[in-house]
Amino acid sequence: MALLDIKDLNVTFATNDGEVHAVNGINLSLERGETLGIVGESGSGKSQLAFAVMGLLARNGRATGSVSFDGQQILNAPLKTLNRIRAEHIAMIFQDPMTSLNPYMRVSDQMAESLMLHHGLSKSAAVADAIRMLDAVRIPDAAGRARLYPHEFSGGMRQRVMIAMALLCQPEVLIADEPTTALDVTVQAQIMALLAELQAELGMAMILITHDLGVVAGSCERVAVMYGGRIREEGPTGPIFADPTHPYTKGLLAAIPRVDQKGDRLSAIPGSPPNMSNPPPGCAFCPRCDFALECCATERPVLTGFAPGRTRSCHVAIDTVRAGIPDTEQETAP
Amino acid sequence: MTAKPLLDVSDLRVTFPIRREGDMPWTPPRLLHAVGGVDFTLNPGETLGIVGESGSGKSTLARALIGLAPATGRAIWQDGTELIGLSARQMLKYRADIQMVFQDPLASLNPRMTVGQIIAEPLTTHHPGLSRDQVKTRVKQMMERVGLLPNQINRYPHEFSGGQCQRIGIARALIVEPKLIICDEPVSALDVSIQAQVINLLADLQRDLGLALIFIAHDLSVVKHISDRVLVMYLGRVMEIAQANSLYATPQHPYTQALLSAVPVPDPELERAKTIIPLAGELPSPMAPPSGCVFRTRCPRAQEACAATPPALLGEAQHLTACHFPGPLTPQEIARAVAEPQPA
Repeated sequence: MALLDIKDLNVTFATNDGEVHAVNGINLSLERGETLGIVGESGSGKSQLAFAVMGLLARNGRATGSVSFDGQQILNAPLKTLNRIRAEHIAMIFQDPMTSLNPYMRVSDQMAESLMLHHGLSKSAAVADAIRMLDAVRIPDAAGRARLYPHEFSGGMRQRVMIAMALLCQPEVLIADEPTTALDVTVQAQIMALLAELQAELGMAMILITHDLGVVAGSCERVAVMYGGRIREEGPTGPIFADPTHPYTKGLLAAIPRVDQKGDRLSAIPGSPPNMSNPPPGCAFCPRCDFALECCATERPVLTGFAPGRTRSCHVAIDTVRAGIPDTEQETAP
Repeated sequence: MTAKPLLDVSDLRVTFPIRREGDMPWTPPRLLHAVGGVDFTLNPGETLGIVGESGSGKSTLARALIGLAPATGRAIWQDGTELIGLSARQMLKYRADIQMVFQDPLASLNPRMTVGQIIAEPLTTHHPGLSRDQVKTRVKQMMERVGLLPNQINRYPHEFSGGQCQRIGIARALIVEPKLIICDEPVSALDVSIQAQVINLLADLQRDLGLALIFIAHDLSVVKHISDRVLVMYLGRVMEIAQANSLYATPQHPYTQALLSAVPVPDPELERAKTIIPLAGELPSPMAPPSGCVFRTRCPRAQEACAATPPALLGEAQHLTACHFPGPLTPQEIARAVAEPQPA
């Protein structure tokens, strides 16, 4: 049985403009110690998926479906259950460490808070634990730095504090939502290396949510590509990068400028992402798709398996996508 | 190079006085050296990429060039005019030649003006004699040129997506037919698929209109893609400047090598096989930059000489490096850097 099992997860938000379907019918599972990457552009629903799992949706959000952790249902569970899960089993780190840390509290105090609350430790024992964890995420002079406030740290160090705080209770699953997006590349490399090391040390599973396919390539075993609130393609990292079978995955990979290759013209994906308060009836990617068939605009493709461990949701035949259509690659303005 | 450069910058410095709370009025302020002596030339129609991490002074450099930050040094425009120190009135003439595109597409557009008004504003400022019809025609042509629908002329910025807002910003910069556009992180707020659209648009416009671009970004792959030459900045200084191909293929400065090694490559095999050269410690404060070479505190190759004198920007065949010991890092040096506990 998978450690974390997400079945038919839907997230909707009630807004003044009607219901927004942010996440639709997601099925995902995460094994112990595994790293799963969720890739998508802004508005693809990747963060809301994580928020739903953690029970952190905004007040107008509603999640349906099933999320079970180690066999226990946690979606829409009572706060008490959720708090225990969040305290002991699933932790989350966020994109912007400055806005997710409390600016009025010393780092040691905010780290100790969760230990005192969840594990009933005394203040001094909790602070000692916090310092040990800051040391584990390679913050130099951890004991001294623990007394500082978040604004006294650099961006990279702040993200280390976030990671230390998330790992305090030795969770089995860490959900990292764009953990390095706000950081410089050299710092990003340090943080990703640190996460990989800690993960191996603690045997923790990780869900890495990001828009950066380069980061995914370096750290994930499996990848799910999201677009318009749905998974478009899922499978082991190597095959997905070497042989993308969904037009969106293929387009995304081609649109990335690379340092290791001679760049010519980038092949942009024309148009812009769908408006989720009024999604197209068929495949949400259809208006931007080079391969679109007639049925794409009206019929929604279903996520189906086509090779061991790999699934895709697209009406177009795999071989057509693989072959590409070089001569009709035109660029249109949105 | 026989043609006269469009812009010739030498020893450009930007220093901000910093007053601390509790300072007496007569206490001299401490100085923050955001840009500490930058030299480069820009030829007409050329794209110069400027890369650096946050705090490297790349945006301040751009702002200094168009008079938005207080600068000293020299920046000589094609016609021989010294741009640094011009009064706002004198600068106005050159603002039509030098336009800027900013990072945050939505924040750089006035939310209370329509797209038409936003794009027309530079035109009516620099060419007050144009009739309303002429302005409108030019605006509509420009909107079409950057891939916006001309019938959206009366809409407001919030009605557009990020990529479209960036197109509006580009149209606004282009309408006065500048010779140089300074793009400060124009695509870093955009999604990958949209980013490619905007980069292609900039490349097309440049080719068709013969524009020079200064393209500032922290993303080395984007810069590689669009630039003829690339300038690498660190703590307000130029580390290396070279033709893009030469810089990416054979980086000479240890900092450039470390920076390039850290860029994630969207290929699982390559990405997992590569060695990242770690930089020890953190970016030093620009209030108290290290003596000598500013990079020496984090350099895997630093020696005593590095602390003594700042290295000059030297080299051959347009590949200039500010390093006392330039050249590719040896496997031993990389291994030593990797083995060292970090961050210090």
